[in-house]
Amino acid sequence: MSENKFEVKDLHLYYGSFHALKGITMAIPARRVVAFIGPSGCGKSTFLRTLNRMNDLIPGVRVQGQVLLDGRDIYAPDVDVVALRQRVGMVFQRPNPFPMSIFDNVAYGPRLLGVRDRNALRRIVGECLEAVGLWDEVRSRLDASALGLSGGQQQRLCIARCLAVEPEVILMDEPTSALDPVATAKIEDLILRLKERYTIVIVTHSMQQAARISDYTGFFLNGELVEFGPTGTLFTNPRDQRTEDYITGRFG
Amino acid sequence: MPVAPLGTTPGLRRRLRRQALGFALLTGAAGAVALPGIRLLGEVLRRGWPVLGPEFLLAPPRDFLRAGGIGPAVLGTLLLLLGALGVALPLGVGAALYLAHYARPGPVTAGIRVAVGGLAAVPPIVYGLFGFSLFSVAMGLGRTAAAGALTLGILVLPTVITAAEEALAGVPREYREAALALGASRWQAARRVLLPLALPGIRSGVALALARAAGEAAPILFMAALFRAGPGGGLGDRPLALAYHLYAAATQVPGLPPERLYGAALVLLALVMGLMALALGGGGGGWPERRP
Ligand SMILES: Nc1ncnc2c1ncn2[C@@H]1O[C@H](COP(=O)(O)OP(=O)(O)O)[C@@H](O)[C@H]1O
Ligand SMILES: [Mg+2]
Repeated sequence: MSENKFEVKDLHLYYGSFHALKGITMAIPARRVVAFIGPSGCGKSTFLRTLNRMNDLIPGVRVQGQVLLDGRDIYAPDVDVVALRQRVGMVFQRPNPFPMSIFDNVAYGPRLLGVRDRNALRRIVGECLEAVGLWDEVRSRLDASALGLSGGQQQRLCIARCLAVEPEVILMDEPTSALDPVATAKIEDLILRLKERYTIVIVTHSMQQAARISDYTGFFLNGELVEFGPTGTLFTNPRDQRTEDYITGRFG
Repeated sequence: MPVAPLGTTPGLRRRLRRQALGFALLTGAAGAVALPGIRLLGEVLRRGWPVLGPEFLLAPPRDFLRAGGIGPAVLGTLLLLLGALGVALPLGVGAALYLAHYARPGPVTAGIRVAVGGLAAVPPIVYGLFGFSLFSVAMGLGRTAAAGALTLGILVLPTVITAAEEALAGVPREYREAALALGASRWQAARRVLLPLALPGIRSGVALALARAAGEAAPILFMAALFRAGPGGGLGDRPLALAYHLYAAATQVPGLPPERLYGAALVLLALVMGLMALALGGGGGGWPERRP
């Protein structure tokens, strides 16, 4: 029951000489929603991006410590980063559909994995669009450009695109901060449905959102994980004074 | 901050008068800059228009350019530009991709950038000499359209690289990361996601570069023909070209009716401006507007 998807041990990250993550230790349970909150610039995105090694792309980044995915260190030298990223998908702050059709967006990942069969692709695309509640809205125009969708639809398409490679974990970096309240509510419902099958780690700009959708919440401040625990406890009964100050709106 | 009451504030009229004077001066300056350009266009149009016609545009020249048309020079120019495009597009976009997404910052990358910038400052006649000795002589291509196209391709390469690198750098980094997060290799992400998003910017840069190449006579000084194109009119033949034709006709042919020069100049201008329009019409932004 309390199986952990990720175990992070004393993780430090440096952008050049800037110490951006300072000794993060935490366990992320499988098939739960874990939210990170904290003032902007405190390292939430940076930490999220260490979980699929997205920071590798940034010149001058140095990582120390361990990130275990199902018990294996993803920073070990023999790790296949492409395979890792297929297990740990990512959804970004601003919707970023590719400049191609709706169908091709969802089929992008499976095609990279070598799925060529038209019927298999159709089935995957249908299932993933169904899973994000977009199927009925776009079924008649799968070949239309994804760029014509509304922002909320684009973001759900990006989630569908991510589901299509059958990840185990989905990382989301403020996925609703560019969306209106209606589109935001749809994404939140979707997240609650997805946690039956996926582990979801979400950075959110809104404490209310963290309270609504997450099982566990972590509070970041200046590159440190100040407090991490069940969402209900963290919001009603924080252990750390800084957490309390933040959630009661005294700073940030 | 105290808010001035509605109505006039002290000195308002004086400030408005001075503002009007300032705008008038600026408008005058802008007009003075535009005037020579408008004069030039008008002159070329007025004197060149009457000679335009099917024969002038399509027929080969006769009597040492004094009669007939400029058809082969138009075709030669298009051939040279297409060839230059074939050279500069893959090389330029490849180099830009390397610089924007593969190269690690460091002395080597910085050196490449300086070299690209330096190449852009080399005078066209030097490209002409270099192209002739490399492509015509050392590679044995001779005085052919192929050698000319290669030379023009190298000439426009820095412009293409710079424009393409800027266009690629303008694509928000999450697009690339999204592709990589789905398991794409860097090359796969570049080909299917980044290049299409950067395409409008790349297209503008390439069109501008070709517009410049179309008007240059110096780089093809040693490859282009003066009076008659090679028999096949292909890449292996000696080409006529509008820019070189203008230069040659103006300096080498005594008693040439000036209207014929203006006619050729008008066609060249139309070609260059067409390419410019393509460049500007290509749209500034590298990726489509996001809808709310
Ligand atoms: N690519 C980078 N290079 C250098 N510093 C960076 C980079 N990305 C983020 N930072 C710095 O790291 C800190 C944490 O950033 P980030 O993880 O984006 O914070 P958050 O997501 O909590 O707003 C900030 O101080 C930011 O300026
Ligand atoms: Mg962030």
